[in-house]
Amino acid sequence: MKIGEHDWNLDPLGKHIWRGRMETGQLLALARAVKEEGGQLVALWGSDDRHLASSFGIHVALLTSSGLAWVSCALPTNAPAYPDLAHIFPQADRMQRATFDLLGIRATDAVDDRKWLRHGAWPANVFPLRKDFDATLPATLDTDAYPFIRVEGEGVHEIPVGPIHAGTIEPGHFRFSIIGERILKMEERMGYTHKGTEKRFEGLDLATGAKLAGRVSGDSHSAYAWAYCMAVETATASQVPGRAVWLRALFLEIERIANHLGDLGYLGNDVALSFGFMQFWRLKEDWLRLTARLFGHRYLFDCIVPGGVAVDIHDSGKAELAAEADRIEAEVHSLKAIYDEHATLQDRFANTGVCKPDLAARLGLTGLAGRASAQAWDARAQFPQAPYDQLDVGMATQRRGDVLARAEVRFAEVVESLRLIHGLIERLPAGALHAPLAPVSAVCEGLGWVEGWRGEVVVAVRIGADGMLERVHPHDPSWQNWPLVEVGVLGNIVPDFPLINKSFNLSYSGPDL
Amino acid sequence: MATHLILQKIFKTGIVSEPPPQADPALRTREQELHAEILRVFGQAVTIRHIDAGSCNGCELEIHAINGPHYNIDGMGVKFAASPRHADVLLVTGPVSRNMEVALKRAYDATPEPKWVVAMGECACSGGMFGESYASCGKVSNVIPVDVAVPGCPPTPIVLLQGILAAVSQGRTNTAP
Repeated sequence: MKIGEHDWNLDPLGKHIWRGRMETGQLLALARAVKEEGGQLVALWGSDDRHLASSFGIHVALLTSSGLAWVSCALPTNAPAYPDLAHIFPQADRMQRATFDLLGIRATDAVDDRKWLRHGAWPANVFPLRKDFDATLPATLDTDAYPFIRVEGEGVHEIPVGPIHAGTIEPGHFRFSIIGERILKMEERMGYTHKGTEKRFEGLDLATGAKLAGRVSGDSHSAYAWAYCMAVETATASQVPGRAVWLRALFLEIERIANHLGDLGYLGNDVALSFGFMQFWRLKEDWLRLTARLFGHRYLFDCIVPGGVAVDIHDSGKAELAAEADRIEAEVHSLKAIYDEHATLQDRFANTGVCKPDLAARLGLTGLAGRASAQAWDARAQFPQAPYDQLDVGMATQRRGDVLARAEVRFAEVVESLRLIHGLIERLPAGALHAPLAPVSAVCEGLGWVEGWRGEVVVAVRIGADGMLERVHPHDPSWQNWPLVEVGVLGNIVPDFPLINKSFNLSYSGPDL
Repeated sequence: MATHLILQKIFKTGIVSEPPPQADPALRTREQELHAEILRVFGQAVTIRHIDAGSCNGCELEIHAINGPHYNIDGMGVKFAASPRHADVLLVTGPVSRNMEVALKRAYDATPEPKWVVAMGECACSGGMFGESYASCGKVSNVIPVDVAVPGCPPTPIVLLQGILAAVSQGRTNTAP
């Protein structure tokens, strides 16, 4: 695969997915070449490969003009280190710090080497994702003592918020430095929901792994389950029946619509338009109840399984879904007319929480928030996996990068997903729902890449020779986007923070792992 | 203009909290039973503080859902508070991550007596898929006393409301370690 003038010797691993191994020195050159052509770093993670190759591994997934490139480097077992990538792709910063906390693999010369996922639950010299990790840890917790960056000067106040927030939100800590009501700086401290997900994958069978993958971030269940299954099916060279692939896309679009409807309601709520909340949550609830009637679960949990899907749709269900899609589309249009006309809402949405396109590009803003800041990436449109390669997905983009733009992208994506649902059920191929996976006889690996409602979900999987999971890294788009919330709130007033935060609606559990 | 459209939409939508034509009748009856029971037990209201102690955010989807118009929890006298100091019930989701252990204990201590704890979802009830590990304390009752365990992944809104009711109507049945 060529990037710039150079051929990087990457082999195809799946549709639009590439695989390569190189020296750490080359990794830096590759990262620069990708940056040069306008690409992005999507994910960075590590692995303990000492039992296989007497080395540690560092892995990056890079978004290039030819698709997603998964590149790995072998690192020495004593003092494993690789060159810092955050100076090229700033979004690598927290991923590098998490990789050190979990594996003791260090990014050389990184500007920020503070801990990230480790609070006080395990000591600094212990690395849970190493294969020789001793799970009998001291029962007492260390004090966290995280060194926040302080803003000093006359009239500067600090507001610490969280980990437990005032509303029904996941836990995380936000440290505001303010003058008057204006935000001078906001620093995030995450990792509160770190529950050892990656360690938990180790040794699971492939079917149980799909259930766990779907629970990395529950609101993106279908995206994770599909990405995980894609990785497992690539690794084992298994074929998935066409009907199953189309049903997976149907589930993913149902999930996207449910989440966008909920967010559009909450965005109204956060500017005191409770009418908007009640209307959109009425639609969302109708949608969830229909989903449960058709597929047995309101959020489609465990409907995607390795080798296919676990549930089917029949003709009566298709008709019901199509009718409900039409009804919701008409309702969304009428509600959009109200949001468009509502002066207070427009005033609060416009120019609030701005992430300008150039900054978004530099910091790697992705997914729906990225598309609201002119980062025109949508894997369903540019690098479509089946069945999206037959659906011609229309990408929604905006340039403003404010709360309004993120709301507009959601409106456009709801309508587009409702259109896709019609196409998916009309053209759904006949056939089996499920095919058995090909047996595993040697260590194998695969990668899945799915455009979830929030952004791209990437799951990398390595299966051991015994057919059990050996290393799974699920990547949430919130990794890249959380730092942009810190940027987006600058200069805004504190009371607008909930609105700005909701307009991104990022996952805590996804990146906390 | 917007006001006109809003009023039009409100009138056109009607009240969905009342028996909607497409709703499951069994579901509606139970909602009404819950309503009566809460009024009988509390006479006025029950206030809930939700704490995510490490959940995957699946349970949070259903907590948001019960705040929607179909369930009309305000009409039942159920409301969510921003502080544990204002709460009768702590609604705890997730396996308790070790990084949330201290915060959960502090929130519990900050909640005035009498208080009830509802563990919501498979993870909160049993540790779920995450179990106990270097990063997870497992089920909620490993960390604070639990009065009612509401299973499900995630529990549906009706099951959740029944769990909240079970907590406030049956007094304290402590399942602490």
